[in-house]
Parts: sequence; C-alpha cells; structure tokens
Amino acid sequence: MIKILKYSFYDLMRSRWSYVYLAFYMLLGFVLLFLNSDLSKATITLMNIIVVLTPMIGTIFGIMYFYNSREFTELLLSQPVKRSTIFLGQYLGLSLSLSMSLIIGLGIPFLMYGITQSDAVGNFITLLASGTFLTFIFVALSLNIGLGNSNKIKGFGYAILMWLFFAVIYDGLFMISLIVFGDYPLDKFALGASLFNPIDLSRIMILLKLEISALLGYTGALFQKFFGTNLGILISVGVLLLWIFIPVMLMLRKSLRKDF
Amino acid sequence: MIQVTDLNKSFGKLEVLKGVSFSINRPGVFAVLGHNGSGKTTLLKTILGMVIPNNGELQVNGAAIKRSWEYRKDIAYLPQIARFPENLTVNELIKMILDIRNRKGREVELIQRFGLEKFLDKKLSDLSGGTRQKVNIVLAFMFDANICIMDEPTAGLDPVALIELKKLIEEEREKGKTILITTHIMSLVEEVAEEIIFLLDGKIHFQGTLEEMQKQTNEKDLEHAIAAMLVPNGTHNH
Repeated sequence: MIKILKYSFYDLMRSRWSYVYLAFYMLLGFVLLFLNSDLSKATITLMNIIVVLTPMIGTIFGIMYFYNSREFTELLLSQPVKRSTIFLGQYLGLSLSLSMSLIIGLGIPFLMYGITQSDAVGNFITLLASGTFLTFIFVALSLNIGLGNSNKIKGFGYAILMWLFFAVIYDGLFMISLIVFGDYPLDKFALGASLFNPIDLSRIMILLKLEISALLGYTGALFQKFFGTNLGILISVGVLLLWIFIPVMLMLRKSLRKDF
Repeated sequence: MIQVTDLNKSFGKLEVLKGVSFSINRPGVFAVLGHNGSGKTTLLKTILGMVIPNNGELQVNGAAIKRSWEYRKDIAYLPQIARFPENLTVNELIKMILDIRNRKGREVELIQRFGLEKFLDKKLSDLSGGTRQKVNIVLAFMFDANICIMDEPTAGLDPVALIELKKLIEEEREKGKTILITTHIMSLVEEVAEEIIFLLDGKIHFQGTLEEMQKQTNEKDLEHAIAAMLVPNGTHNH
C-alpha cells in the first residue's frame, strides 16, 4: 500500500494544483497576519475560513482526482495488487498531499510571525488538525460519490451538493427546526444533530479549544455544558475519527464491487 | 490453466455475457473472436478481476479467483486502449510497474526491440497512439508471466512494430506460455493462433482449431469462415 500511496502522492506533487493550493494558503496566512498582527485573532478568522474551505477543496480535489486517475487505477487493477490496497493507497496519497499543502501553506507565515513563542500555538495546531480531519473526511466522501457515479458531470454535481449540504444547508435546516420546534426541549436533538455534521463538529472542537464561549453558539454551548471542555474536545475528536473511518470503509466496500 | 464456468455479466439492462463456459488447458495462442460489442473485452477483464461477474466461476491455475489477487502475478495484460497516468514519463512508468510487481523484468531488451529509447524521458501524454501501444507491449511482456492477455494488441502499430509483435508472440508460445488475444485482424489470427474461441450473443459459439472451424463452415478462407459463423444455420452464401 505504501507503494501506491507513494505513486499517488508523486503524481499529485507533479500536478500544478497542489502548488496552487499551497500558495493560496500561504498568501491567506500572510494577508491575515499583515492585516491583523494579533496571532490569536488571526487564528479565529482563519478558523471560519478553514472549516468551510478545506471541505470544499477536499471534495473538489477528491472527485477530480478520482475521475482523472482512472487510467492509473485501471493499470494498477491489472497488476497483482489487492483492490482495497489500491483505493486506500490513493485515498491516503490524496488526503496527505492536501493536508500537507494546508499545514505547510499556513505554517510558514505563522512561523515567520513567531507563532511558536505565543500562547496561540496550541490553538493554531488545533486549527490545522481540524483542517486535516476535514480534508480526510471530505476526500473519503467524495471518493464514495465518484465510485458510485460513472458519469463525471453527475458525480461532480453530487459532490458539490454534498459539500453545500454540510457547509450551508444543514445549518439552515437545523435553525429552522429549532424555530419550528421551539416549544419542545431540544437539547438532545441539537447535540445529536451537531454530531452528524463534521463541519459543525470541527467548529465546536476549535472553539472549545479556543475557550471563546461568546462564539460557541447554541450547540457549542450545549457541548460545553454537557461534556465540559476537555471531554467535549475528546468526544468531537472521536466522532471526527468515526467520520473518517466509516466513509473509508464504505469506499473500500464499494470498490470491491465496481467494474473497471 | 483457465477455466470459465457459466459466466454471466450484465451492465444495467445490457446482458453482455450469458453463461460463458470454456477452458484452456494447454499452452498456446488462443484467439478470442466476435463482432464489436460481443463481450470480448468484458470476458478478458473478468479473468483479470477488473470486472466482477454477476455469477459463474472462474479459475486460473486451478484456484478460484474470486476476491483473490495473487494469481495476477502470473498474468500479463495488454489493455485495449493504452491509457496511462499522464504526468509520468515512459521511464517512470516502467520503473513504477517494476516496483509494484517487485520483480526483475527484461524491459531494456524490449525497449530496444521497439525502438523506444528516444521516448524514455517523454511524458506519456505527449506520445502518439502507436508509441503508447509500444509502451503497452513492453509493460505486458517485460515480466515472464505464464498467461498473457492481449486486447487488440495491434491497434495503431506500424508494420515494423507489427512484425516485431508477431515475433514476440511466437517466442512466447515457444516458451510454453498461454496467450489470449482478441483482434479484428484475421491475418494475425491465421498467423499466430492455434485455437479460436468465438463469442456470439454473449455465449461461446465455437471453440476449436482453425481447421475445425474451416471444416465446420466449409470455408477455406478464415474471414469467410467467421462470416459464416455470424450467420445462423449456415445460410451464408457468397
């Protein structure tokens, strides 16, 4: 599997897009720090960008990579390699290269502004960790969509819709249901609902770590009340890991039945 | 060596293979023939495990291939359309396959035979169709696999390369390999194939030697024999 991972990774490093993505984050980091030299404030601004952007990039790259690497996949399938190895290798290669672009791209400007000497270093690491989680989650989800749709246009459409659902529509539905069912106790429902959206979950995780209760929002506050800060963080990390594990398992199962 | 029993495969509503059964128990060159869309490629891909059959059994070297992958160590495959990862150079692609197979190959000799030396550092996306096909041939033959599956190996080849390919097939046959080949070029079949597996409407319509086919259809010429096969009940006249 390491070999497949290595070649997928090389292949991606060859493509211009990894560098565009890296350059984008680097630029973003420098601009943010230039406009707002307070590291912890810049971290918060960055959070709002990361929880929306990393899922989007993961989704788009995931689905694009799946369709573009079809030749590579077919070539590998005719070799003596296990199917699950091929897909797991490609998945990890893609997720790792995207995560590296994120970590290096943001790491360089923040390191240059002396993040290691400030108190915001823990928060910054949490931020990168949640971006990495989201990348791994959304790449897995979009690969699932790719495996399920041979039609590129359809696959692309579904993938974008999936991202839109988690990034925007989910929150909307959640808000509406809170208003409609405002007369009932909704604590447990709200708590449960936030577990089913990895974007919400990572936002809560970051905010719990940042200890900014003002920004926590309804579900975040519930999380804190129910579990306390530390257990809250632990639970959100655990559920995020499940969010990686389950789609990856589904992807591997799907790949075993697919015709090439 | 290869045993196929009652193989069925449909893509959606389209039934491609409807109970295909045949076996290949000896080395030699076997031509899989049939008109366009008769399921030749699908059949070859199921043997490779790239297409998953709806039902039926497939054995390679005496073991069922379902959910197995080790058996592919013994199979070389030359796909119909030579499509490769575009960002790689020829050299990198060959190195990669050598690395993945974890075996020594005879790529240097084959590169020379097909005159690919000057393309080694070119990206695959910059190569012409014929040159890609030559790379395809190198990849398929560089390992000493006992079974070789070739789907339209002549596509886009120039006459010189075609002669070289025929020589290569001949050499492999002499080494005792089993070679499965699909092609629409009947002269190639006549030159290299010993046995014909004829697919019609998703079933094996005929399996036997060229002579048997000629006898059965009363046609001397292979092309006419094939045409006679395509027309049911031998009503074909010319």
